[in-house]
Amino acid sequence: MSAAALRRLALRVLELAGVLCIVSVGVFSLVVLLPGDPAVDILGPGRPPSEYAELRHELGLDQPLHTRYFDWLGGVLTGDLGRSVVPPQSEVSDRVVSALPVSAEIAVLGLLIALLIAVPLAMWSAYREGGIADRIIGAGTFAVLSVPSFLAGLLLVMVMVNSLGWFPRSEWVRIGDGDLLGNLHHAFLPALTVALVELAMFARVLRGDLIVTLREDFILAARAKGMSPLRILFTDALRPSSFSLVTLLGLSLGRLIGSTVIVEYLFSLPGMGSLVVNAANQGDYPMVQGAVLTIAVIYVVINAGIDFSYGHLDPRTRRVHV
Amino acid sequence: MTSAPAPLLRATDVATVFRTPRGAMRAVDGVSLSLARGETLGIVGESGSGKSVLGRTLMGLITDGPGTSVTGSVLLGGKDVHALSPAGRRALWGTEVAMVFQDPMTSLNPVKKIGRHLSESVRLHLGLSRAASRERAVELLRQVGIPEPARRARQYPHELSGGMRQRVVIAMALACGPRLLIADEPTTALDVTVQKQILDLLQSLGEELEMATILISHDLGTIAGRTDRVAVMYAGRLVEHARTTEVFDNPEHPYSRALIASIPHLGLPPHTLLPAIEGRPPNLLNPPPGCRFAPRCRLATDLCTAQPPALTARAGDDTGGAVACHHPLGAAKEATV
Repeated sequence: MSAAALRRLALRVLELAGVLCIVSVGVFSLVVLLPGDPAVDILGPGRPPSEYAELRHELGLDQPLHTRYFDWLGGVLTGDLGRSVVPPQSEVSDRVVSALPVSAEIAVLGLLIALLIAVPLAMWSAYREGGIADRIIGAGTFAVLSVPSFLAGLLLVMVMVNSLGWFPRSEWVRIGDGDLLGNLHHAFLPALTVALVELAMFARVLRGDLIVTLREDFILAARAKGMSPLRILFTDALRPSSFSLVTLLGLSLGRLIGSTVIVEYLFSLPGMGSLVVNAANQGDYPMVQGAVLTIAVIYVVINAGIDFSYGHLDPRTRRVHV
Repeated sequence: MTSAPAPLLRATDVATVFRTPRGAMRAVDGVSLSLARGETLGIVGESGSGKSVLGRTLMGLITDGPGTSVTGSVLLGGKDVHALSPAGRRALWGTEVAMVFQDPMTSLNPVKKIGRHLSESVRLHLGLSRAASRERAVELLRQVGIPEPARRARQYPHELSGGMRQRVVIAMALACGPRLLIADEPTTALDVTVQKQILDLLQSLGEELEMATILISHDLGTIAGRTDRVAVMYAGRLVEHARTTEVFDNPEHPYSRALIASIPHLGLPPHTLLPAIEGRPPNLLNPPPGCRFAPRCRLATDLCTAQPPALTARAGDDTGGAVACHHPLGAAKEATV
């Protein structure tokens, strides 16, 4: 790696650290923003005030905000996200570690399904712009976009599980249990539910960019070399057209890991979304902080990676920041 | 031109019509021409006269389809380009006929290395191995006069100058040894100093590889002295075609004459106004009924506005030259245009 590239990387890492710093402050202040008093949430209402005060002291809630922040941050930096304040008072990191793979798997699998379907659809659509296939795909993706995912998920469950019996009723098989096929069998429907909206978005965005690219002179030049349309679509048109798609992909991945609550509920998945929502309902603020921080860090890191990939997608952007 | 038994290219009554929301646009309207092996033909005309569309129709890049109708026939090496299947046409592109495009800044894929632009077609058409195709790419770059070809092959298009890029575009066209090269305004987007280099390169490559060339340009100056024959296009039709020297010395069509008169040359004193052709080319959606140049022609008569002139042999030209004019200027006739 050249010195310039190293410097760019270093700058990038610094920038990332700054962003993460701001994220940590935001996540920490969630405690303040959470409605209600954690002590009341934990002990239940109607206890003598001294008990509440004692618990607050025990949890460190009577300390000034900045002290609490640095205490918490210190813990986070050493890998200690704290303990849940709700029985059984498990380690936050344990719960996150068990929930994260579920969400990540659904998100990644969902996006893979979405890409596998969206890329060919977009190519077909763009190649025959204005044709019958294009119009059908356009109407179809629009319809899918306007169906909320809980409805799509319900329909999928009704048809694929209840009527056809192709997929098991929701009980999650962990990846780690050695039953990969069983795991995929369970993960497929929730992933498909997630994929539907994403694939509609991907297909529409990629179609638009492909249409612009296909009008370029270099596409005509590639045709004049005798390349087949399929080959031109994949080797000449796709890469220069994929900026918006890759950006969208990064945003989707970050978003899906933290906010597939509806899908998780529908398929009773022990994922990050349900973890956060349950913790918030119970006033379990260390759990909320730990989980949201994890999601935010993943989001930021993924999108930094996406930024970095632009240089790979278009060599012209590589030298800009030197 | 010799009377070779079978010409390399024979186009008969080619018409390319685009169906637009405002009606049918006849971009190319009944053009016939032929080209022998190794021969060079210049096609000149104003912007919008149908030169580029003709070039692409000859190659089959524009063909019958939704929104476009192509009639007439184009025989290339004995094959009817427009009767072939799409795959059959693709097999011709690169190997029989290749095209050099106008703007080298946009005709190379920005995300593909220079070498890949060249190696992919030789792999496709000639079935070379990865390594052999890479070598061939470097050799092609050397052939079009690019210094340090091995290093250039590993670079991206944006790292090369316009002239260098146009050399790459030419190398791309040459990659599989086509017998016909169609150069569509190959120098229009380039600096004047580079223009001559590129034209010289095209000319020497054409001679060296015994490749027939069609040089499309809006500038008669680039075609003079570099082509065997010239075809002058106006509003989708051929108005005159003949040997280049004949057209320059004795233009018979008032439009050809006007084009020649508007070429600047160094003998002119400064600030001389060049004679311009007044008016605008006709709207191809609704062309005038008679001779299409009639509205701008000072010699036009009632006959000209009523009836389109047919291409007929030029007076005193035994080399197959023809002109489409009711009142050709003629070699002897003194005319003021």
